Amino acid sequence: MQEPALNIVVLVKHVPDAQFDRHLSDDDYTLQRDESILSELDEYALETALQLSEARGGPKAGNIVTALTMGPPAAANAVKKSLQIGATQGLHVCDDALAGSDAAGTSLALAAAIRTLGNVDLVLTGMASTDGETSLVPAQLAERLGLAQITLASAVELNGGTVTARRDSDTHSDTLQAPLPALVSVTDQINEPRYPNFKGILAAKKKPVTQLSLADLGLDAADVGAAGAWTTVVAAKPRPARSQGTIITDEGDAGIRLVDFLAGQKLL
Amino acid sequence: MTNILVFIDVPDGSLHKSQLELLTLARTLGQPVAAVSGPVSDAVAEALGEYGATAVFQPAAADLDAVLTVRKADFLAAVMDQAQPQAVLLPNTFEGKEIAGRLSIKRRSGVITDAIAVAHDFTATKSVLAGAYTVEAQVRTGTPIITFKANSIEAEPAPEAASPQLETVAFASEAPAAQVTGRTGKPSSGRPELSEARVVVAGGRGVNGDFSAVEDLADALGGAVGASRAATDAGWIEHSAQVGQTGQTVSPQLYISAGISGAIQQKAGMQTSKVIVAVNKDPDSPVFEIADFGIVGDLFKVLPQAAAEIRKRKG
Ligand SMILES: Cc1cc2nc3c(=O)[nH]c(=O)nc-3n(C[C@H](O)[C@H](O)[C@H](O)COP(=O)(O)OP(=O)(O)OC[C@H]3O[C@@H](n4cnc5c(N)ncnc54)[C@H](O)[C@@H]3O)c2cc1C
Ligand SMILES: Nc1ncnc2c1ncn2[C@@H]1O[C@H](COP(=O)(O)O)[C@@H](O)[C@H]1O
Repeated sequence: MQEPALNIVVLVKHVPDAQFDRHLSDDDYTLQRDESILSELDEYALETALQLSEARGGPKAGNIVTALTMGPPAAANAVKKSLQIGATQGLHVCDDALAGSDAAGTSLALAAAIRTLGNVDLVLTGMASTDGETSLVPAQLAERLGLAQITLASAVELNGGTVTARRDSDTHSDTLQAPLPALVSVTDQINEPRYPNFKGILAAKKKPVTQLSLADLGLDAADVGAAGAWTTVVAAKPRPARSQGTIITDEGDAGIRLVDFLAGQKLL
Repeated sequence: MTNILVFIDVPDGSLHKSQLELLTLARTLGQPVAAVSGPVSDAVAEALGEYGATAVFQPAAADLDAVLTVRKADFLAAVMDQAQPQAVLLPNTFEGKEIAGRLSIKRRSGVITDAIAVAHDFTATKSVLAGAYTVEAQVRTGTPIITFKANSIEAEPAPEAASPQLETVAFASEAPAAQVTGRTGKPSSGRPELSEARVVVAGGRGVNGDFSAVEDLADALGGAVGASRAATDAGWIEHSAQVGQTGQTVSPQLYISAGISGAIQQKAGMQTSKVIVAVNKDPDSPVFEIADFGIVGDLFKVLPQAAAEIRKRKG
């Protein structure tokens, strides 16, 4: 017997490509967002969603995987790429007033967007965004939506109304169980994300993408963006290059010279 | 009176170095009060007192560890209501950040993660974008909640020990939560914990399947062993040893990188180390850009020689 179809949301963030130098702007210390891509760490969440959907018969059996992003117009690219990889539909929260949002504002807008999707079984996210790197959004979102959360899953399974996951730490490996609906963040250990293929790229053109403004979500501009942020950056400076370092070439005694250096730094 | 609430997790019943650092930081900001995640033993209460905690709160509910983080956030929210702190400090672990995230929504308070310093007005210093920038951040809504990186301050007992009052806090906990249904411990290496270690020696693809030289130097220095993702993906060492964006973030006094090229994702986890030493065969390797001391050479020659020299000097 086929299990009932799933309604899954995957959070996909559009982030500056870490292969290039990344810069904070001089006036408001926000991140410059040219050269942006779908956050690599969210590809693992998308792959998890697609595998869970496929195990229940995929879109033909009524399983829905919604790729949700919040960001400027260019963030539509993160949704588009997700659709090419295999998500069934896209949702893009986009509004000028969202610029400068911190994790609190981001989670507020994302929670409101998820509520528009009806009964969601599972919200999947990456373990951290590759730009903000705070890992706060999943926890804040789970709290706002009143969901059980499993973070840093390195394996996920669904059985009836329960999600089971593995989570590894320094000292132990845990098995965790939560009732659906739940929020799960996944690590880069969970799977090998697939690439979009030609068929997927063509199919994506026909998939629906919904844009939502703050007004559509019933949110007040004062609660999001730079204006509504609960935290603020008051100063930023590029880290001085550590180029003053000494570089030597081993001539047979580098191990001893290393120990001399450590002794000089009082590190022995 | 300025109360600084410090969250202390004690699954094994003793205080860790990073927790002593949190209490030390709290003393520079006000008067530390501790919220301990489980029943407080006399030994823990005494140690908290030695580091200046004037009050200690424990949960009325039993095992908060049976459930993932949600109950800890519930507990901490209740302690906030009782202690009315001016700031809340948590360890900058994944769990600490998760509790901070949940708590921040419950108490409408901003969170700053990855702090390496906190000023009297609670302005926090942190490094962002894999170490490319150092920023000063402030919380402008609610009570500042700050997660503080291990090794960012020297732990020191209070000049005069306090004898903290122990209070038990009852709290509602109805929110759905994930249950821990199984736990397997990993064998202990006997080395310090990676996230807290003062010295980390890390190996990458260059160790070519053999971590013994890295482990031996770590042991000579009393340090922990770390790795790049290339090394953990190859299965040469456990994933928990991975340092970097998707592994652990470390800030030791000394980080020795051996056979690691220094990709941005690796740097993200170690660039705030005080002193960085790199050993790599390739002089053009990007890791040399961040090294205080770089050795162009073969790690299988340099590391054993250094380990032997250290043992000789230590006698
Ligand atoms: C989403 C994502 C997340 C990632 N997260 C992480 C992370 O958390 N941590 C991480 O480390 N990486 C991470 N990576 C991978 C990262 O991009 C690099 O691929 C990885 O760090 C490379 O590991 P390495 O330096 O050991 O290997 P390589 O880049 O292959 O470098 C090996 C180095 O060893 C040197 N070498 C070889 N033999 C010797 C010898 N005998 N003596 C001395 N030197 C020698 C070589 O000159 C070379 O510089 C991530 C990547 C992605 C896409
Ligand atoms: N603006 C956003 N749009 C969509 N998803 C997001 C956004 N910000 C954060 N996320 C999700 O939350 C995860 C953690 O992000 P962070 O809390 O910024 O480290 C990311 O991997 C994403 O899955």
